[in-house]
Amino acid sequence: MEDEDYTIAGFEPVFLSALEHYSYCPRQCALIHVEQTFDENIYTLRGRAVHQRVHEVDSFSEEGVRVEHSLALWSNRLGLVGQADLVEFHEGVPYPVEYKYGKYRERDIEHAAVQLGGQAICLEEMTGIAVPKGAVYCHNSHRRYEITITSELRSKVQAITAAVRAMLLAGELPPPANDKRCRNCSLNAVCMPSAIGDGSKARSLVAGLFRL
Amino acid sequence: MEQLLNTLYVMTQGAYVRLDHETLKVEVEGSTQVQVPLHHLGGIICLGNVLISPGVIHACADDGRFIVMLDHVGRFKARVVGPTTGNVLLRRAQHKALDDSQKTLAIARNLVAGKIRNARTIVLRGAREAEEKEDEAGLRETANRLACSLSHLERSTAIEEVRGIEGEAARTYFSSFARLIRADRAAFTPKGRTRRPPRDRINALLSFLYALVLTDCLAAAEGVGLDPQVGYLHTLRPGRPALALDLMEEFRTVLADRVALTLVNRRQITPDHFEERPGGSVYLNDSGRREVAVAYQKRKQETVTHPLLERAEPLGMMPHIQARLLARTLRGDLPEYPPFTYR
Ligand code: SF4
Repeated sequence: MEDEDYTIAGFEPVFLSALEHYSYCPRQCALIHVEQTFDENIYTLRGRAVHQRVHEVDSFSEEGVRVEHSLALWSNRLGLVGQADLVEFHEGVPYPVEYKYGKYRERDIEHAAVQLGGQAICLEEMTGIAVPKGAVYCHNSHRRYEITITSELRSKVQAITAAVRAMLLAGELPPPANDKRCRNCSLNAVCMPSAIGDGSKARSLVAGLFRL
Repeated sequence: MEQLLNTLYVMTQGAYVRLDHETLKVEVEGSTQVQVPLHHLGGIICLGNVLISPGVIHACADDGRFIVMLDHVGRFKARVVGPTTGNVLLRRAQHKALDDSQKTLAIARNLVAGKIRNARTIVLRGAREAEEKEDEAGLRETANRLACSLSHLERSTAIEEVRGIEGEAARTYFSSFARLIRADRAAFTPKGRTRRPPRDRINALLSFLYALVLTDCLAAAEGVGLDPQVGYLHTLRPGRPALALDLMEEFRTVLADRVALTLVNRRQITPDHFEERPGGSVYLNDSGRREVAVAYQKRKQETVTHPLLERAEPLGMMPHIQARLLARTLRGDLPEYPPFTYR
C-alpha cells in the first residue's frame, strides 16, 4: 500500500472488503482489520490461489463489453479504498462484479451487497457516470446475483463506512455476537465466541485455579 | 490454527531439503528419502548440518510456516521469518502490561498456577502407578506441598513473590522426579536439575524435549503476533525469549516430562541412546533424538479437552490456543488469563 492511500481526504481509509465484514459481524471486521488475526488454513490458501488469478491486473473486451480485472477503486468523498475483482463496462457504464469463493450462502448476499454498493459509489466518483447495478458472483455455484444500487443501499454504505472508521480509530474489539452467525463464520476458531463470551467463563475458571 | 499441521524434523546430517512444485523433498546423498506436500506441514525444524533451498525458505516465509535451525543437540540457533505482520496494537498492549504491576502480577500468577497444577497432576498419577510404598508416600507428600504452593500463590501480592513460589514449587517437584522413574533407576536417576550442560541422562532427555517445546511456544507466540521477548514471569534480558518461556511453563510437564517418563518407563529410551562427553556432560545420540522426536510428535497428536474452550483438541494446538488467549487478555477482550490445565 502506498503512503497516499493512508491520507485520502484526511481520514482513515476504509477497505471496501471491511464493509461486508462489518455488515456480517462487527467483531469479524475488527478481528480482520484491527487485530489482523488471519487464520489461513489450507482452504483459504487455496481460495487465495483462485483469487490471485482473478486479481491479475488486465483487461479485455468481448462483444462490446470491456472488462477490467483487479481495478483499483477509491472514493475521496467517503474515504473508501479497495479493488474490484471485475468491472464490466456496458457501453461505458461501469458494472462491478464481486467474486465469492467457498460455500457462499444466498442469505449472505445482503452483506456482499454492501461491499458492492461501496464499489459502485467509488466507480461513480472515479468515472462521473452513474452506476445503477452490479452483481455478486458465486464461484462454486456459478450463479450471478444482480444487485440494484438503491438509495437505501447507498445510505447503508455510508453508515457502515462511518462505523468501521470509528472502530478502526478506537482500535477496539467488540464482544462476540455468539449467535447463529458464528456457526458459519470462518473466523470462529480465532474468535472463540463461546469461550470468550462475556468473560464470565474465564473468570470462574481462574477463580477455581487455586482451589483443589 | 484450525488444524494441527505436522512439523518436519530433518535430522540426517548432510540432508538437502528442496521444493519440487508444492512438494517438499528431503534428499540424502542424491536420493530422495522423504517427500511431503508442503500444505501438510506447519513448519520445518532442521537439526545440525542440514541444507535448505531458497525455494523452500521463500515458500515457507510466504505462507507463515516456520523454519527453525537447531544445532545437533537441539539448541536453538536461528529461525526464518517473513515480513513483520500482525497487530502493532497488541504489541503495544504487551509492553504496557509490563509497566502495570497489577497486570503483570495477574498474568504471571495464573501462568504459575497452571504450571503447579499440571505438575501436581503428573505427581499424583505417579503416586497411583507407583510400585513401591515409599515412592507413593513420597509423591503424595510432594503433591501436598505443591497444593500448599498453590494456596500461597493465591495470596501473593507481588511478582517477586510469585517468582519465589514458582522456584520453590519447581524444586519440590524436581526433587521427587526420580520417584516417577520405574525402569532402570540406576541409569536414570537425575543428579538434581542440571541444564547447561545436562550432566545426566534424564537431564539430557529433558533438555532436548524442552528445546522442542520452546520452539513450539515461540512459533505460537509469533503466530498470534506477540513479541516472544516480552514476557511477564521471566524477566527481560536481551536475547531471551521471555514470553515463549512464560507460555512454556504450563506445558513443561504435559508435553516434555510426560514424554520423557513414558520413554524411560517403557524402555523405549535406554542408556544406549546417550553419549557422555569428556568432563561429564551427557547428550542424546542420533538414534536417541530420533526416538524422542517421534514420541514428541505423537504426544502432540493426543487430544485433550481445553478447560475454557471445552472442546477436544490435539495437545499440540494448546500452545497456540494459549498464546491467543494471552493476546486476548492483553487486548482487554478477556478479563483474566486462563492457563492451560489438564486432568
Ligand atoms: S465467530 Fe461469531 S462473533 Fe466471532 S467473528 Fe464470527 S460471527 Fe462474529
